[in-house]
Amino acid sequence: MSEAVSVEVNGRRYERAVEPRTLLVDFLRHDLDLHGTHVGCEHGVCGACTIELDGAPVRSCLLFAVQVDGCRITTIEGIAPDGELTALQRAFQEAHALQCGFCTPGIIVTLEAYLRTHPQPDDDEIRAALAGHLCRCTGYQPMLTAVRAVTNSQG
Amino acid sequence: MKPAAFAYAAPRTLDEALALLAEHGDEAKVLAGGQSLVPMLNFRLVRPALLVDVNRVVELGTVSTTADGALHLGALVRTATLEHAATVRAGWPLLGDAARLVGHPAIRNRGTVGGSAAHADPHAELPAALVALDACFHLRSRRGARTIAADAFFTDYYATALAADELLVAIEVPPGTPRTGTAVVEHARTHGDFALAGAAVTVTLDAQARCTGAAIAVFGGGATPLRAYAAERTLVGTTVDDDVARPAGELAAQACDPPEPADYRRALVAELVRRALLVARERAA
Repeated sequence: MSEAVSVEVNGRRYERAVEPRTLLVDFLRHDLDLHGTHVGCEHGVCGACTIELDGAPVRSCLLFAVQVDGCRITTIEGIAPDGELTALQRAFQEAHALQCGFCTPGIIVTLEAYLRTHPQPDDDEIRAALAGHLCRCTGYQPMLTAVRAVTNSQG
Repeated sequence: MKPAAFAYAAPRTLDEALALLAEHGDEAKVLAGGQSLVPMLNFRLVRPALLVDVNRVVELGTVSTTADGALHLGALVRTATLEHAATVRAGWPLLGDAARLVGHPAIRNRGTVGGSAAHADPHAELPAALVALDACFHLRSRRGARTIAADAFFTDYYATALAADELLVAIEVPPGTPRTGTAVVEHARTHGDFALAGAAVTVTLDAQARCTGAAIAVFGGGATPLRAYAAERTLVGTTVDDDVARPAGELAAQACDPPEPADYRRALVAELVRRALLVARERAA
């Protein structure tokens, strides 16, 4: 039995019918063809599937698509809708804060939301903000460098 | 892994939610924040016929204070709200401190206080904090309402006093006592993981800095969050110095029945209780 879902993703309204057991991350990727959000561990540990739901970063592998009826979502595709990188994305590139890039969309979504409310974080705060994300190739130090670069430039 | 198929209902009122639980009982699972339940569904450790998603029951999501100064938390209050709400931070800092130890920010944005209690993981921080604070839990079903002390709510590993048709609707935390300090200390191998063990404590001092009352709740010490009443009694009348806190920690550890490696976990409990008591004493003074 499928359920109707009407959801705003990156400013665009989508109406779909979904099976209740469809995870939100699979809905985004398979039903809406938004492949930027990645499926990692599927139990809330790795952070690769992080999206913004009504303004707050959440794991899209721990939500069902049917639950977001009437909600507003931002995915990595909505962070830079015109194809122009944000200051944080440019800083990631310049600081070599990504290699394979699998974890990057979730990290960018988390950090963009975090920096909106914490424009001048210290290093410990940046580390705490990153703590829910696993990166297995680059390591976290270049990410720290990237965040420092944008917060200094904004400060 | 993906969940097995289930039917889904998203009631908008408490009455509708209770009617669904009355009708489906054991076949239904209540979905709140989903930060524990959805992983279990994804792994197919649980396969309910029906998910009752209570996220749209607005009355379950409110934070308020009662006429007699208690904190009233709807079961659906998010962990992040406990962490940041000014009311909670001012009057019940132990809850904010415990909330900050739960998972990571994205988990706390979604997880709920009632969900953590109903899931009853013995390693979880919030249940232990609620037990230390003598909270009481309000349960509702079509049959009626009842209130149960936090200490009696947790019955075994991942088991509570909730009947199949009952919903945890709210948690009430008594007002804080003046000159009371609280602390939660834990040891986790990885930041954000469940702790191996921890302690949530309160210490109340009189004007001469002597202890008039204390609460010690251990998590990771056995099947449920555990109140170490005998250890608490040894603190009364003392200044809760290290030579009192250390044996109190050891007494609390003796009261535990932790899973293997039990000796290691008991050693952790003894030390974490000691540290928590000393921090709480400083905060009370």
